[in-house]
Amino acid sequence: MIETLGELVVSLLIVAGSGFTLVGSIGLVKLPDLMTRLHAPTKATTAGVGGVLLASMIHVVVRSGEVSAHELLIALFLFLTAPISAHFLAKAYLHLHGDRERNFPPACNGRDWTVLDEPGEELPREDRPQPPPRV
Amino acid sequence: MIGYALAFGFAAISVALLLNLWRLATGPTVIDRLLAADTIVTNLIALIILYGIRQATSTYFEAALLFAMFGVISTIAYCRFMLRGDILE
Repeated sequence: MIETLGELVVSLLIVAGSGFTLVGSIGLVKLPDLMTRLHAPTKATTAGVGGVLLASMIHVVVRSGEVSAHELLIALFLFLTAPISAHFLAKAYLHLHGDRERNFPPACNGRDWTVLDEPGEELPREDRPQPPPRV
Repeated sequence: MIGYALAFGFAAISVALLLNLWRLATGPTVIDRLLAADTIVTNLIALIILYGIRQATSTYFEAALLFAMFGVISTIAYCRFMLRGDILE
């Protein structure tokens, strides 16, 4: 009984995870430009891999009765690093192909976007944004 | 029952990999291709884990972990190269 239930849960998690992965990749092909395309794989594919990893953990428990936690390492690593790589991809895209009117709302603090700065360009000392005064 | 689910999973991830290859081949910008390569790595991790479930072994876990680490590091390094023209300044 409990093994059938475990198999059912594992099967559902596998189907859900691979379905998420497929949806993420369809979004990668179908969406119109990179800033929208970035959304699909970085969220759906991470959720898909998370589902498959959970299925693997439960499968080990059902199969041998031992608790296997090392899949959590991959899940934790992916969930921590997927936003970082997505952020870097978006930043590189804005740097190379950013559309001045569409992608950049006005920046605050009297400075422009740092992505648009030339490397090595420094503001004059009196124009630099001052840190707020300590209270 | 797990067998049918695994068959569905292998089929879905294979189609997903083909779609990623399409984006890798036709992506209009470099960043599109880079995003496609990053997604291919993530999908490969799922494929390796599914194969581990099918063989009922945890031998392939290290391979999946290595893919996760190197995929992220290479994506960030390439983005860094295009942002600054250099990886380690």
